[in-house]
Amino acid sequence: MDFSIDLLLNALAAGLLLGCFYAVVTVGISIAFGMLDVVNIAHPAFVMLGSYVAYYVNETLGLDPILTSFLAMPAFFVLGAAIYQIYYLAFERRGQESLRSLAFFFGILFITEVSLILVFGVDYRSVQASWVGGSWHLGVVDFPLRLLVPCAVSLALFGALHLYLSRSFIGRAIAAVSQDPMALRLMAANPVRIKRIAFAIAISTASVAGAMLIVIQQAVEPSMGRDYIGRVFAICVLGGMGSFPGTLVAAMLLGVVESFTQTFYGPSWAPAVSFGFLLLTLAFRPAGILGR
Amino acid sequence: MRNGLFLLAALAVGAVVFFLARSVGNEYVFVAGYVVLQYLVLATAWNILGGYTGYVNFGTPAFFALGAYCTAAITKLATLPLPALMAAGGVVSGVIGLGMGYLTLRLRGVFFSIATLALAVVVKTLITNWSYVGGSKGTYIVRPMTVPLLGSYSQYLFLLMLLLAVVAVTIARSIERSRLGYGFAAIRDDETAAEASGVPTLKLKLIATTLSGALMGMAGAPYLYYGAYLNPESAFTLDYAVNSIAMPLIGGTTTWIGPVIGTALLSGVQQWASVSRIFENYPQVNVLLVGVVLVLFVVAAPNGIVGLVQAWRRKGPA
Amino acid sequence: MSVPLLAVEDVGKRFGGFVALDAINLEVARGERVGLIGPNGSGKSTLVNCLCGTLRNESGSVRFDGAQMDGLPAHERTRLGMARSFQLPRPFRSLTVAENIRIPLLYTVNAREGRHLTPAEIEERSLELLGLVGLGGKAGGEPRDLSQVEMRKLELARAMAADPKLLIADEAMAGLSHSEVDDILALLHRLNERGITIILIEHIMRAVMSFSERLVVLVAGRKIADGLPDEVIRNPEVERAYLGE
Repeated sequence: MDFSIDLLLNALAAGLLLGCFYAVVTVGISIAFGMLDVVNIAHPAFVMLGSYVAYYVNETLGLDPILTSFLAMPAFFVLGAAIYQIYYLAFERRGQESLRSLAFFFGILFITEVSLILVFGVDYRSVQASWVGGSWHLGVVDFPLRLLVPCAVSLALFGALHLYLSRSFIGRAIAAVSQDPMALRLMAANPVRIKRIAFAIAISTASVAGAMLIVIQQAVEPSMGRDYIGRVFAICVLGGMGSFPGTLVAAMLLGVVESFTQTFYGPSWAPAVSFGFLLLTLAFRPAGILGR
Repeated sequence: MRNGLFLLAALAVGAVVFFLARSVGNEYVFVAGYVVLQYLVLATAWNILGGYTGYVNFGTPAFFALGAYCTAAITKLATLPLPALMAAGGVVSGVIGLGMGYLTLRLRGVFFSIATLALAVVVKTLITNWSYVGGSKGTYIVRPMTVPLLGSYSQYLFLLMLLLAVVAVTIARSIERSRLGYGFAAIRDDETAAEASGVPTLKLKLIATTLSGALMGMAGAPYLYYGAYLNPESAFTLDYAVNSIAMPLIGGTTTWIGPVIGTALLSGVQQWASVSRIFENYPQVNVLLVGVVLVLFVVAAPNGIVGLVQAWRRKGPA
Repeated sequence: MSVPLLAVEDVGKRFGGFVALDAINLEVARGERVGLIGPNGSGKSTLVNCLCGTLRNESGSVRFDGAQMDGLPAHERTRLGMARSFQLPRPFRSLTVAENIRIPLLYTVNAREGRHLTPAEIEERSLELLGLVGLGGKAGGEPRDLSQVEMRKLELARAMAADPKLLIADEAMAGLSHSEVDDILALLHRLNERGITIILIEHIMRAVMSFSERLVVLVAGRKIADGLPDEVIRNPEVERAYLGE
């Protein structure tokens, strides 16, 4: 284990950049679970779907993955709305049934992953983009562009969402619906419609997150989504369930810890780090997660 | 029917199944049958925590693999008889279940479920990094060819899994009508009201998690001897996670018969699919269908086949 | 006998920035009939939740039968003798009506020291309890087939099944007809005569007034009155709370 300031700083930088990316992967959960209390464990699978959409368009049309991901957002939005509608009709309207809704999303996770395997196989896929490969230097620290650009895009999307949700009518309606659906009705807004829009927004972020993923990881295969489940829920809980600033901080924290682990102990321990995070979070930050 | 009587009846059914299998005269029956019985144990074990108590465990592969790797680790030191290995696997998985439960069961059910999802990934990471049991390359043994009295080793494995299945189903049934079963049902229906009625919810949940995990570990223990080779990929397949959830949910989660029906149905279809080689080029379609059927049942028939039958009986036959 | 059965000292509870309970002090003597009233949202159910352990109070303490309750989970408190019905009924939906009663019999009565009920006695007792609240005919049915009013009766029966020293009835009479209210009141009186202390939380004023020996009024998380029903009712602050709403 070769310890040096250079190594430390670079690990820190990579961790922070990675953290920004984790934030945009988690934001979908922050909205769905943190605000709407919908346990969408299938979210990482939708992120993988985003990765593969970026890959496919890149492979066939040569389009830049970031561009593709934003163009694909409306499609993901529709997908999210459709899934929420099924979820609402099958579960929420009938009352509490968390066992079945969990199984439902697990089924969706599973179906998505296996479908990806069927269509694309288990081989690793990657994208080609002109800006990947270079690096920005600041003293002894390297900021690889393949991390820097996704980080910037992630932060931009994250910030835009935060602004939208806190300023626009729809955004504030979403915040309201999670606290008091009755009051929302009195405002002549339909709570179900608001929730559906919120969930659709959450899923549409998966498009961008997926494109970022395939650039950062350099190659993807369908089962990678499962590695992210522990991460996103750990970040969501630690970040305070739906708080955007909290999510960002928690994401960066996890990114840095993972980066250090990877640099000094090897990459194969990364998934264990996020689980450790999740357990520690659940064990020591009970305030806010002991019932609702 | 008293529990002792049921056990005898189940053993009798088991004996019939065993001798029927022998009469077919093809070893493949034992090889395929082992897998079906394994799923029956996993489905029944899952249902004790999931169906009876209402806590969804997505980490079946973790508990299964812990049993398998416990065998692998012990076998490096000494050769123990399989029943002893199963007991060891059960203890290890049970303890892990208890530990995880203790950390997460005081919070909402969804956090327990999420933790189980993460658990599978972490256990796989730990095992992949553990060179003692072969890490990602896996480990292998030379398995015996024959066993005294029975003949082929496959028959021996089949018999062991059959006995485990009988035990698991009997345990599940005996819980159902017992004081413990009522406690589980109360927790499932309304945990707050259960607490207020005097049910020690944390203690019961820990019992369910430990028992469920232990049975899964026992089902996984012989796996190394079944295939003679064990590696993380094969032990942690998605198949175990999906099937152990789909089988009880499709069959019906409130009684012991649900997992039996679900296992029979899904295994039957999957076995037929692999034998008829209908999806030869696309083996994932097999597993994809399980997922689709799971989602359909969860949405349209929440109480599974048992529920459908009960609803039909209540309306009265046309 | 001056040690009160229930001693609530400075109990406080917040939800984020919202103060649900503000330094509540209350004493209930053995065998007393206490009425607890207050406008909706005044914290009555929150107080019950804190007493019974369903919620944890951030400040103050609860002593029951001389023992400190802080940190004890709800099921332990029930076993020690506190039972409550829920304001919004929470039946066990996958069990029959009779089986709902079986749960507290199995887990509270049979968890205490002393003689345990046999399965036959449990069966008998559940039917008896259901009969007392007027649900005898529905024993084999399911909660989903019960009306709102019947579900409230089931709630009460389930609380009674725990054989409590203190019974907290949280709006058990909402929606009942005049004669049904009288029936439940008579039942509660009989329980009280057997020595069970009762806290009655209700909006039906005539029931509360006729039943209570003492009346406690909660408004916006604070206790504003505690005394004889006739005097409390004429308290100007209480009048303001109800009329000024």
